[in-house]
Amino acid sequence: MMRRAIAAALLGAAVGAGLAGGVPVARAQSPAATISIDNFTFNPQKLTVKAGTTVTWTNKDDIPHGIGATNNAFARSQALDTDDSYSFTFTTPGSYQYFCYIHPHMTGTIVVEAATGSNASN
Amino acid sequence: MSKFERDDGINRRKVLECMTWVGTGVLWTISGGVPHSLGIMGEAAAQEAKGLTFLQISDSHVGFDKPANPNALGTLEEAIAKVNALPQKPAFMIHTGDISHLSLAAQFDDADRIISQSRLDVHYVPGEHDFLDPEQKFYRERYGRAAKGAGWYSFDANGVHFIGLVNVVDLKAGGLGNLGAEQLEWLETDLKGRSASAPIVVFAHIPLWTVYPEWGWGTDDGAQALTYLKRFGSVTVLNGHIHQVMQKVEGNVTFHTARSTAFPQPAPGAAPSPGPMKVPDDQLRKMLGIANVTFKQNEQRLAIIDTPLAG
Repeated sequence: MMRRAIAAALLGAAVGAGLAGGVPVARAQSPAATISIDNFTFNPQKLTVKAGTTVTWTNKDDIPHGIGATNNAFARSQALDTDDSYSFTFTTPGSYQYFCYIHPHMTGTIVVEAATGSNASN
Repeated sequence: MSKFERDDGINRRKVLECMTWVGTGVLWTISGGVPHSLGIMGEAAAQEAKGLTFLQISDSHVGFDKPANPNALGTLEEAIAKVNALPQKPAFMIHTGDISHLSLAAQFDDADRIISQSRLDVHYVPGEHDFLDPEQKFYRERYGRAAKGAGWYSFDANGVHFIGLVNVVDLKAGGLGNLGAEQLEWLETDLKGRSASAPIVVFAHIPLWTVYPEWGWGTDDGAQALTYLKRFGSVTVLNGHIHQVMQKVEGNVTFHTARSTAFPQPAPGAAPSPGPMKVPDDQLRKMLGIANVTFKQNEQRLAIIDTPLAG
């Protein structure tokens, strides 16, 4: 299951490159942040990161969830079964609204701020 | 027999049937509350007294193996055994969605293998768990070839008009279930010109009425669908999704949700989330089950009997 989720994350990042300026996860030694899905809630519900950060969602519920961005601003995950993860690297500053496409009352936000160092993505 | 709220007479056989159900520890209710002024069935129709019995199963979640029920396929098999043991063979079965847990081909295969043992025609509508394959095509390929859009359709049986709706695709952030403009337009057309005396049964996965929006238990544009149904004298709305029996009567519309055959979910607001509810092993089968629905030509209301897998 993890293997599939990682593959999906890589694919997601590659597809996302055209959408939100993502880069493949494997190469990046980028900062990382995590979001846990518990009790039908994204924790934290609002996450602020620097551009270039890889965000990983992990489903801790006994029911599948799926990550979908409003207006498809970043690549959608496959359905995440219990303990499955999905990662996406955000390189373009902005505010990204997302939701669970299986349980759409679950919503969250990722705010991506411009990276300040010389490693800022272009 | 105090729950047997009927004002239109009970014949001896009916009483015996009910006692049989009660004897097996069945929790059941019968819908009521249709205003007399909306009386719809003419005398001639009343004299025909032809009946129709069909079954509803829901939320089989084949593939689910978490602590709330490590063997959801096994309890589906028990539900089908229950169907096969009914003294009167139903005309057909409806399945109100979440056939599979993760939309894997093997899960649909397993579901079909067990459900086909009932040897009944099955009319399906999808749940959100049936559209999780990457291309979202398995459900339509297997169950929706003759249907419109994501899988909606209608058919007639014994003078009752049945409408299967899809409210689990193209869900919007922060929203509830969704029918969408195209389906609503189809529904309006499907109902146009039909006699108001035609009994209507609408079935869909997520409740069309607002049960508990905090948990997503409702349909954003369900009210719009109901406006098209208002003029009909007998409307029964059958849903699943919430894995528990709930019933409401509003005017001439009876809303009812069926149990799951896989795992129970908490009552609205009774837990931090609507996730699968772990109950003691000896309680599980009391919270899973099937529903048996009977329509009689001389009655406006459909009798719905919810039968748990174990008393």
